[in-house]
Amino acid sequence: MDDQGKAYWSATLGLLGKILAIWFVCSFLAGILFAPALNGISLGGYPLGFWFAHQGSIYIFIALIFYYAKAMGDLDRKFDVHEE
Amino acid sequence: MDLQTITYLVVGASFALYIGIAIWARAGSTSEFYAAGGSVHPITNGMATAADWMSAASFISMAGLIANMGYGGGLFLMGWTGGYVLLAMLLAPYLRKFGKFTVPQFIGDRFYSQTASTVAVVCLLVASITYIIGQMTGVGVAFSRFLGVSSEMGIYIGMGIVFAYAVFGGMKGITYTQVAQYIVLILAYTVPAVFISLQLTGNPIPQLGLGASISGTDISLLTKLDQVVTDLGFNQYTTSVPGSTLNMFVYTMSLMIGTAGLPHVIMRFFTVAKVSDARSSAGWALIFIALLYTTAPAVAAMAKMNLHATVNTAVGLETAADGSLKVNPEVIKANADVYAPEASLVYEQRPEWMKRWEKTGLLKFEDKNGDGRIQYYNDKTKNEAAKAKAEAAGWKGNELTVNADIIVLANPEIALLPNWVIALVAAGGLAAALSTAAGLLMAISAAVSHDLVKGVFMPNISEQGELRAGKISMAVAIVIAGYLGLNPPGFAAGTVALAFGIAASSLFPAIMMGIFSKKMNKEGAIAGMLAGLAFTLIYVFAHKGIFFIKGTEFVDMIGGPNSFFGITPEAIGAIGALVNFLVAFIVDKMTKEPPEHIQAMVENVRIPRGAKAVDGAH
Repeated sequence: MDDQGKAYWSATLGLLGKILAIWFVCSFLAGILFAPALNGISLGGYPLGFWFAHQGSIYIFIALIFYYAKAMGDLDRKFDVHEE
Repeated sequence: MDLQTITYLVVGASFALYIGIAIWARAGSTSEFYAAGGSVHPITNGMATAADWMSAASFISMAGLIANMGYGGGLFLMGWTGGYVLLAMLLAPYLRKFGKFTVPQFIGDRFYSQTASTVAVVCLLVASITYIIGQMTGVGVAFSRFLGVSSEMGIYIGMGIVFAYAVFGGMKGITYTQVAQYIVLILAYTVPAVFISLQLTGNPIPQLGLGASISGTDISLLTKLDQVVTDLGFNQYTTSVPGSTLNMFVYTMSLMIGTAGLPHVIMRFFTVAKVSDARSSAGWALIFIALLYTTAPAVAAMAKMNLHATVNTAVGLETAADGSLKVNPEVIKANADVYAPEASLVYEQRPEWMKRWEKTGLLKFEDKNGDGRIQYYNDKTKNEAAKAKAEAAGWKGNELTVNADIIVLANPEIALLPNWVIALVAAGGLAAALSTAAGLLMAISAAVSHDLVKGVFMPNISEQGELRAGKISMAVAIVIAGYLGLNPPGFAAGTVALAFGIAASSLFPAIMMGIFSKKMNKEGAIAGMLAGLAFTLIYVFAHKGIFFIKGTEFVDMIGGPNSFFGITPEAIGAIGALVNFLVAFIVDKMTKEPPEHIQAMVENVRIPRGAKAVDGAH
């Protein structure tokens, strides 16, 4: 693989790592492991940990995918590997 | 008009629409048949993917499960949506760039091995066929309850409809029919939820209503629900977790990985025109899925509230003069005593919907203390205060059993909504089951005709011949699915868990390593798939019997139930995936690396440029 290709792939992996970290924090940490602690905080009528498990993580997932699609599009153009 | 007539009209109109679309979108080539000609817009594809994904289990069963499990039910919500993040980032764009029709074809080409492809076909067939049985059973249930025909007749009608549009329309027909089915099912799910949210909280948006206060009070809905269910001896709704936290964690992970690895979902991303479309299409799919998945927890909590209020007047809802259910703020604020003798509903005065569902056997009443009133509470509670109050009130055990599947189907009836809403729910349940069945049939047909017939037995088959083989294998699959739906081997519930377990432990790791590990060779991939699959099957069969045949359980041989750190068999897929990765890496290190042209192929798959239309060349 040429240097340009290597740089593109490591930039891609860096982006994936960041997004997967948020994916893990909002569902597995906020929604499950730390939910009992977060339930002490209220979001309207929702206990916060319960909200992450039943609502919040789903909204965050959607935002993550669209952010990913956009950021990847930018990377494609930056490294000149985008589709014609 | 009576309920029966309206239901026939609504369901009949939706079926006419599906068949009309199928005639309009007939498939002429293998590319149209398998991949809709690679020309579907990302938003259209997202909507079709959502209908494909949301099965009878999502539509009919999920809210009921959440109502029973409370907070812990969030594992379905997070698990069945979080998988799309993995799918969008780790699989979909790269598989689209690879540009072939099927998942086994990718595995076969990437691991330069007919054996790898055949293992993938077997995994795909087992996962898809077990999954489809549940859909056919769902079609039978919906028909028998709403249209008054027998469950068998319902399955025959369902088979006929799917046959009409899947066999003739192929992926193109299925895609556009699924768009129509999505619209029907999402309306059917959200309209009753909006009505009920308005009744209880005055907020028309169920997602906000669930976090709002009950109309006319400043007490939040969830606080009140927590209080009512704890008073009656149930676990607190917003905190209860069935099983351990570790199990919830692993279960959620298994559903996410399984979702990303299910072939009928992955296949949808071969229908878009570009790699960038495959990325955004997963986001659109998740938006359409989230409309239902964020409404479901509101439906669950509100239906639970309504159900308790129907049989216990101390909760604080009452029947208004026009027959609808309405809040009585004074009773809500007063926290009236649910154990007061006159609070329990007199059986003879029960609402019409309870009588209707009693006939199906899904709702049962038994007057244990002979007072002619319905006492609905948790008689096995560990809550001493609740136990003492129930004994003092002369309650002799819980008298009402409610099947979880009723929650969504009877939800509009419990809330006393108009008949057309009830009819719409019937059409929605059928749309959910039929759209998923069609997507699964497509994956099965492509695997059989493309990967087995063309790939293994008759490499020189013509395009017309392959198209015919695809249609024949789909027809055969419909008959098998219908047969298993008519003669359920008693494992409908267990099989869905198995489908996710197989997808998570065999297909997902193999595809992911194929893209992200350039040096992964065929020995590693095959050993990994077989190890992951074997581990998962043994754990599931130990608990549920070999191929779910009663009496063949061997749970003692693996050290008793849930012996692996208390993890239930439904949740084991993620551990199977871990086994797959580990075995693959160890075997890979001990054998020689893949040939140069395969490594070049992986590098090529990783960049979007040069993506061409999807084709079937081997």
